Amino acid sequence: MLAAPSAAEWAAILLSLRVALVATFAGLPFGLAIALILVRVRFPGRAVFDAIVHMPLVMPPVVVGYLLLLALGRRGPIGAFLEQTFGVVLAFRWTGAAVAGAIMGLPLMIRAMRLSLEAVDRRLEEAASTLGAGRLEVFLTVTAPLMLPGIIAGAVLMFARALGEFGATITFVGNIPGLTQTLPSAIYENLQVPGGDGAALRLTAIAIAIAFLALIGSEAIARRTTARVSGR
Amino acid sequence: MTLSVDIRSTPGDFSLDVRFDSNGPVTSLFGRSGSGKTTLINLIAGLGKPDRGRIAIDDTILLDTAAGIDLPPHRRRVGYVFQEARLFPHMSVRSNLFYGYRRVPEKERWADPTLIIDLLGVGPVLQRRPAGLSGGERQRVAIGRALLASPRLVLMDEPLASLDAGRKDEVLPYLERLRDEMKVPIVYVSHTVDEVVRLADTVVLIDGGQVIASGPVNDVFSRLDLRPYTGRFEASVILRARVINHDAVGRVTVLEHGGGELRVPALPHPTGTEVRVRVRARDVALAVGEIGNLSIRNRLAASVVEIGAPDGAIVEVRLDVAGDPLIARVTRDAVAALDLAPGRQVTALIKSTAIDNRSDD
Repeated sequence: MLAAPSAAEWAAILLSLRVALVATFAGLPFGLAIALILVRVRFPGRAVFDAIVHMPLVMPPVVVGYLLLLALGRRGPIGAFLEQTFGVVLAFRWTGAAVAGAIMGLPLMIRAMRLSLEAVDRRLEEAASTLGAGRLEVFLTVTAPLMLPGIIAGAVLMFARALGEFGATITFVGNIPGLTQTLPSAIYENLQVPGGDGAALRLTAIAIAIAFLALIGSEAIARRTTARVSGR
Repeated sequence: MTLSVDIRSTPGDFSLDVRFDSNGPVTSLFGRSGSGKTTLINLIAGLGKPDRGRIAIDDTILLDTAAGIDLPPHRRRVGYVFQEARLFPHMSVRSNLFYGYRRVPEKERWADPTLIIDLLGVGPVLQRRPAGLSGGERQRVAIGRALLASPRLVLMDEPLASLDAGRKDEVLPYLERLRDEMKVPIVYVSHTVDEVVRLADTVVLIDGGQVIASGPVNDVFSRLDLRPYTGRFEASVILRARVINHDAVGRVTVLEHGGGELRVPALPHPTGTEVRVRVRARDVALAVGEIGNLSIRNRLAASVVEIGAPDGAIVEVRLDVAGDPLIARVTRDAVAALDLAPGRQVTALIKSTAIDNRSDD
């Protein structure tokens, strides 16, 4: 029953990994910036900003996908601008899947980063500044290393969320084999066709394996970085 | 070096209004907890913003609200040794020590890493992480880290307060060596008389956010009217004396002071060195006229300067011993019996065992 995956199945697996990795790395600077703003900057409308950032967590993924299509589709305001200015098209492309994954994963990433940033002892940052480090240097040498476990945890959550993203993705980029078909959409499609059970099961097993490895790997990294930053 | 501070600030419901000049080498900001000492040195370091004021080290203006000058902390080159060390937990001791050093322009680096690491005795722990250090080691590394940044001035905020008595005794001699061997001026915040008299030359007495008095340590601590701030039972002065002889048989060291010889329990210092010995007011007795045989060997010729206001049965008498102040705590009764009054010549008697240059009580 669990024969080797077909070429189309491999394509879905590799595309999913690529989408999840790109979503994670592209999302990191945004996640970090938003976490910093939410924790360190006091400004009017902060609560509203906080709520907007967390919306993807509570909205139906299909709604997010549809909103992405409206905004970033070829006839959407941002999508049209991107296409005319940079020649970039996101809708019905794998890059669009990465954008959908990043948007869905961002609230989780920000939550993890925020917690670790709040735990950073600001008195250490003060000490660094009296030793001649400017604000950026303080961030790079003290704040960021100390919140590293949170950054890694956030990245892992984002990766997992992007890997499993289905609703927003299928709404925004469709389910085109070899082009936008990710692991979850491939499983879904196989379940829709007669005799697709074997393939669905195979892909499910692979999805489980990837998730498991990611979890084990991130645990190991988290343990090592936590030990590093706490100095043991 | 002259540090001049003139600040008015009302952080929260606390009000700080402080003005002083200090010429170092070690200036102590002395006052009880909550008197505004830490708030004040945070302002000097640039970690807080005063409402109005001016802070300058020689010609370098760190802050001048009237002129719109406010250097950020990393441009002030003011070293800060915090009460709780604040070492970076994710770095080795070595990386901690060199954190500031690496950030100073080469031509402004006066600190010699080898010398400072050796002076503080932190060489053996360079590879360790802060979490693996004892409290005393941690504080020594923090002091080294601040010094290696080659600051214009070092602020120390009760660096011994978080240590137990044993660790205090471990770190204090390092501070004394720093004072004697480094040229850098130090502002030392403390509420412990003992540390202040051992380390500082000048003291600025602060209470309720105001400067109550400032001047040479002995002058301020021997002023009887300041007793409510400097502590009743802690009353003591420091005599500077020179080691002239070691008596190996009697296990005593003989010190020379303008007012006479002092015999104290053996000290490790070589002959010729100047030492500071602390004499507590409660250990000084007074005699008038010829003294017979007494076990008390230290007899200093003194004259009465001032008789303090009586506190119950006790009166503090301020003396002058060859230019150095000395305080004696005696009974009211004794003042009357000896007919003590300003100008009267007396002999100050100090038990040898009461004199020490250690910090424990």
